Amino acid sequence: MFGDYSLGDLGSIFAMQGFAGLILFSVYVLMALGLAIIFGQMGVINMAHGEFMILGAYVTYFCSEFFSAYLPSLFPGYFFVAMALAFLASGSLGMLVEWALIKRLYKRPLDTLLATWGLSLILQQTYRSVFGPREVGVVLPDWLLGSLPVTDTIEVPINGVFVMCLTALITIAVGLLMYKARWGRQVRAVVQNRVMAGAVGIDTERVDRMTFGLGCGIAGVAGSAFTMIGSTGPTSGQLYIVDTFLIVVFGGAASLFGTIASAFSISQTQSTLEFFLSGSMAKVITLLTVVAILMLRPQGLFTLKVRR
Amino acid sequence: MAGPDDQLQSRLRRQLLMGIAAAPLAGLFPKVAFADTPATSAVNTTGLAVTDTEVTVGILHSVTGTMAISETGSIQAEKLAISQINEMGGVLGRKIKFVQEDGASDWPTFAEKAKKLLVQDKVAAIMGCWTSASRKAVLPVIEQYNGMLYYPTFYEGLEQSKNVIYTGQEATQQILAGLNWVVKEKGAKTFFFIGSDYIWPRTSNKIARKHIENFMKGTKVVGEEYFPLGHTQFNSVINKLKLTKPDVIFTDVVGGSNVAFYKQLKAAGINLEKQTLMTISVTEDEIDGIGGDNIAGAYACMKYFQSLDNPNNKEFVAAFKKMWGEKTVIGDVTQAAYLGPWLWKMTVEKAGSFDIDKIAAASPGIEFTKAPEGYVKIHENHHLWSRTRVGLAQKDGQFKVVYESPDLIEPNPFPKGYQ
Repeated sequence: MFGDYSLGDLGSIFAMQGFAGLILFSVYVLMALGLAIIFGQMGVINMAHGEFMILGAYVTYFCSEFFSAYLPSLFPGYFFVAMALAFLASGSLGMLVEWALIKRLYKRPLDTLLATWGLSLILQQTYRSVFGPREVGVVLPDWLLGSLPVTDTIEVPINGVFVMCLTALITIAVGLLMYKARWGRQVRAVVQNRVMAGAVGIDTERVDRMTFGLGCGIAGVAGSAFTMIGSTGPTSGQLYIVDTFLIVVFGGAASLFGTIASAFSISQTQSTLEFFLSGSMAKVITLLTVVAILMLRPQGLFTLKVRR
Repeated sequence: MAGPDDQLQSRLRRQLLMGIAAAPLAGLFPKVAFADTPATSAVNTTGLAVTDTEVTVGILHSVTGTMAISETGSIQAEKLAISQINEMGGVLGRKIKFVQEDGASDWPTFAEKAKKLLVQDKVAAIMGCWTSASRKAVLPVIEQYNGMLYYPTFYEGLEQSKNVIYTGQEATQQILAGLNWVVKEKGAKTFFFIGSDYIWPRTSNKIARKHIENFMKGTKVVGEEYFPLGHTQFNSVINKLKLTKPDVIFTDVVGGSNVAFYKQLKAAGINLEKQTLMTISVTEDEIDGIGGDNIAGAYACMKYFQSLDNPNNKEFVAAFKKMWGEKTVIGDVTQAAYLGPWLWKMTVEKAGSFDIDKIAAASPGIEFTKAPEGYVKIHENHHLWSRTRVGLAQKDGQFKVVYESPDLIEPNPFPKGYQ
């Protein structure tokens, strides 16, 4: 395969390939973070995660339409406004859903699976009825398109760099929130022992609602960012959901660090195999490896010791 | 389930009732009943849903689920054709009424709904299906209950049925002219195939590979890659493209993956003005989601583009936009779906009957001169003779036609030497 190429060519391809792996890693972390928070901290399996992402994507679409029609001079910066609005929209919908649906099912964790799956179907059909069944094209500001030439032969996509920075930022923010802020201590207390947390005066219902809202909000931001690399349509959320679950389950449900480690290993395996084999084979081998490891370690890569 | 005897009885009963209903009318308007509008008993001997004033057809597409994105255009085109035919007086003096069923992007549902349309509604024809999977699910039902399906999508070929008229192109019709053009015009020597992993891209690419390796000189395939449906990360394969530097990237990626592929191609700095890319899966419909900026410069190879410059098409585009809104776009399959009701109408009128067997026999040789794509004719094998065109994608989401095959291309669903 490599006989005909010069060393310089190969070097730059491997550099770009390494970068492709890192971009995939950031995409996976961003996808999985919201789900990991909800699954890990609340034990709720949110099958509608993809639809919360797509809500963010639609918000981005409407922002792009609004800015190009009314505020064309501010168009280059609209993406940041869109992400903030996407966070608010998906977050508020998440809190509403928690209040209306999830709250009633905490004692029946498996039923949340079914309920949120139903919710995902309802949301999909709502998007289809409201926004139309066709995909919409989100117009991106010019500075997000194209690539940065690092050397003559190495080119790095700008939107990839953007997703990497965004992921780093959100991960650090969530880390600080969970492990340094007072609110994070409350969340962890509720996870470790709900009854005792309530007894020492933590409003567990409020903590649950905020946690669910945060997870959904991050999904919204992810959806907004993914308009740069993927499609925006009523069922686009389904494209992400399998990978997302894979990462969260493989990483160990209750651990943010596990999510990151699992996203890293899966993305590197996937992107390397994709380069040396073909796309479908890469997926097959990645999935087989994950299945094999989960058979040996059903709890995932990392777990928190929790008193149940 | 009704046995054959029950069916016969109910058929007799219906014909008797129709006869009674028609009797006084026949007395009042003898000319209408016997000259312009032939008697129902004469044109419908198998108990289809045909009355003296109406004939019922079925529309069977997905309005929910993943495929709704693609199938919406087909439904719109079929409804437009039906309303235009009704304005002209209908078929054999009968207005077309349609029953619409939702296949819900689920293949068993398609089969079930097809059965419902045939058994319960007794439709005279079904306009429907989109993916090959849905057609394969419906085919045994259509054949068992002897229905007639007008199928609009370009597809992989290797199929022929008395009960199906294929109004889209089969793979050799669509691909070969495009490959010949790109080799001649662009001097292409090396090809890289990228497709979604299911039957249509795999069969199409197999045909393309055979053509490149066996039927053209000095050309070869340097890579062939498939991705699961819904795949959204293409950076690795894009690096492979940068390494192998093919003259032509030949793609049949479908659905949401399409959007991801072109966005990432552009982000990786592959400029389609310089790198030749030929797709057989992107129509104006898909560009809506991909964004004209992201795909401008790519070539698409199919039989119809919205921008075709002929009077039939101008009329069609204007009527379509008037019915469905100024912003709607029309892709290849949408146009093919529009042909269905018209071809059926002409076949019924040629056969002088709604009977399925007579329509199947009368279909070959039917010509439609008012087709938006130009002129089409039904072949013995129930596919259409049609031209193939190459379009260059523009920033506004339309294609500029850069090549048109000089002659109608014969449909060849079982190509020798390509299997």
